[in-house]
Amino acid sequence: MLEVRGLHKRYGDLVAVQEVSFTVRPGEAVGLLGPNGAGKTTTVSMIAGLVTPDAGEVRIEGGVVRGETDPLKRKMGLVPQDLALHDLLSARDNLALFGALYGMRGAELRRAMDAALDLVGLADRAKDRVSAFSGGMKRRLNMAGALLHDPAILLLDEPTVGVDPQSRNAIFDNLEELKRRGKTLVYTTHYMEEAERLCDRIVIVDHGKVIANDSLEAVRRLVPGVNVIEIEIENPGQGAEWYGGLRALDGVDSAEWQGSLLRVTMRDLTETSPGVLEWLRAHGYRCLHLASQRADLETVFLTLTGRSVRNL
Amino acid sequence: MSFTAFSALVRRDLRLFFMDRRAVIMSFVAPILIASFFGYVFGGASADQPASRIAVAAIDQDRSAISKHVLAALGADKALEVKSADLEAARAAVRGGKTTVAVVIPAGFGDGAAKSLFRGEDKLRGGDKPEMQLLYDPSHNAELAMVRGILTQHVMEAVSSEAFSGGASGAGPGLSMSFSMPYTVREEAVTARQGVKYNSMAHSFAGMSVQFILFMGIDAGVMVLLLRRSGVWSRMRAAPISRFTIIGSRAASSAIVAMMILCVVFGFARVVFGVRIEGSFAGFAGVCIAFAIMTAAFGLLVAVLGKTPEAARGIAILATLLLVMLGGSWVPTFLFPQWLQSASFAVPTRWAVDGLDATIWRGASFTAALGPIAAMLGFAVLFGAIALWRFRWDGPA
Repeated sequence: MLEVRGLHKRYGDLVAVQEVSFTVRPGEAVGLLGPNGAGKTTTVSMIAGLVTPDAGEVRIEGGVVRGETDPLKRKMGLVPQDLALHDLLSARDNLALFGALYGMRGAELRRAMDAALDLVGLADRAKDRVSAFSGGMKRRLNMAGALLHDPAILLLDEPTVGVDPQSRNAIFDNLEELKRRGKTLVYTTHYMEEAERLCDRIVIVDHGKVIANDSLEAVRRLVPGVNVIEIEIENPGQGAEWYGGLRALDGVDSAEWQGSLLRVTMRDLTETSPGVLEWLRAHGYRCLHLASQRADLETVFLTLTGRSVRNL
Repeated sequence: MSFTAFSALVRRDLRLFFMDRRAVIMSFVAPILIASFFGYVFGGASADQPASRIAVAAIDQDRSAISKHVLAALGADKALEVKSADLEAARAAVRGGKTTVAVVIPAGFGDGAAKSLFRGEDKLRGGDKPEMQLLYDPSHNAELAMVRGILTQHVMEAVSSEAFSGGASGAGPGLSMSFSMPYTVREEAVTARQGVKYNSMAHSFAGMSVQFILFMGIDAGVMVLLLRRSGVWSRMRAAPISRFTIIGSRAASSAIVAMMILCVVFGFARVVFGVRIEGSFAGFAGVCIAFAIMTAAFGLLVAVLGKTPEAARGIAILATLLLVMLGGSWVPTFLFPQWLQSASFAVPTRWAVDGLDATIWRGASFTAALGPIAAMLGFAVLFGAIALWRFRWDGPA
């Protein structure tokens, strides 16, 4: 359906994307994961035709996308990270504009707008100005704007940025519905749980390079047997690396401080976790809560890159 | 009061102020620029700079010693730039704004003036004095008064010199010594046609329309930059449409708004102040359309002036103030020093204001409007080309 071959983009001395290649099959949901600045947005921008790659090509159904007016671009719908909405216009007027960009008008456009508004649950607010919408509603309308011309492929660039959990759930319900309808999704995010919920396949990007590209299960198997313990600390230390000494302990693969939780990965829970707790006790840190879980995508990323995706 | 907090807040305000390029430009550069400009125009320049001279056409139908004397004196006057012409050419030059005053010395003026000089006022009747005609540009009233005064001085010198040297018949020393003004003046404001009165609102509305439409053009350009920051730009670029469609539509909408502003402003001027299109309506429409297109291209140019909307707006406002000053929107260009009058043709606003003036009250034909139209379209092409050349198309989703 969508084939990305050797995309490369440089801005001055900064290489934003290096030889990025991956394929998305029809109906598949692919998560493009990586921290901020990893090259996800640049990659999506090149796929969508917003940025001209220095090298590489994008193929849709076997045809290379060439130029601004290539009809192959009709097969893609973009949900940009920044809201693509005019605040002073109504939801319906916004959609009418975006439909017109794809040559839609008349009854065809009205039907498409009705369907898109219905899908995102904004049919009853169609005539309201966007400026009156909540952040979550704007995000849903932003997505509706990409659906009007019924694209086979949806490029979603961090579509849940800045929304509350309830709106995020609503957006995910919409995306799961689109997936059921057979849409091909390319979903960029740095929220690992989002990718785990939606995606069949994961492409992990770091420093502009693809470092993993496989099914969700296969990617998880990249770190077999890895366990994570999350510890809530009552009195965390000062400084960026107050917990750095944990990494020197036998059996500890990584240690990261995320918000109020200390995440420590290890192969052998029985052998290593007592040493971790002892190190904390010896350094005067009090544990309020401790939980253990198997490796998730966050752990995979941490293991592959040595860094946490959220702390970057 | 906490001095620490107070000084921190002051430092913050100063930092934020100086980080806002637009505020800095408008607060420091704009007043210096505008004050310098007005100071220069109204006589603040160095004494070495030649003052602007009033363009005068001289039509000598008399060809007497007195008329030659008068014309020679006018020609030698540093305040005037006198050119000989025939009556029709002079009238056309005044109507076209190229000449401020045309001085018509009729046949028999010299003889009649010399005789009239020695007649007492009590003996005079209207028809006894020769009549000199002044055709003037009604938008240059101040200059007319100056020319009138200079003319009176030179005519009196010439007539008295000729009379006392005995050159004129029927006059001379020993006759009645009752002196009077030896001539009368008939002044005619040259407008589109005979009987059409000059309406000073015409120039005022032309100048202000030009200024505020350019401000609209700035907003249009800044809007492009703001759009570029938003997802709307990404969505437009992702659609299978050309960059010409994207940027051309922006330019077209700016031009349409500019046309609407012109229609509303001149509609108001027509209804409330009686400003009529005395020249070619097609010429007026052509000037308006050309200016609207030029404004649209100017808006696109604004979009490449700065990296951010804020920076672009600051630079563009300064550029616009310069354009409207040099174009004659605030102060008529005839008040400028001569070199600045010539230089002002290098800005599109001069052509816009002149084109509107010409077609509204000077009665210019469509052919006469073609010059301003061509000039503004030329600027539009130049601005548009620079904008397309410098525009940064690539941007992230």
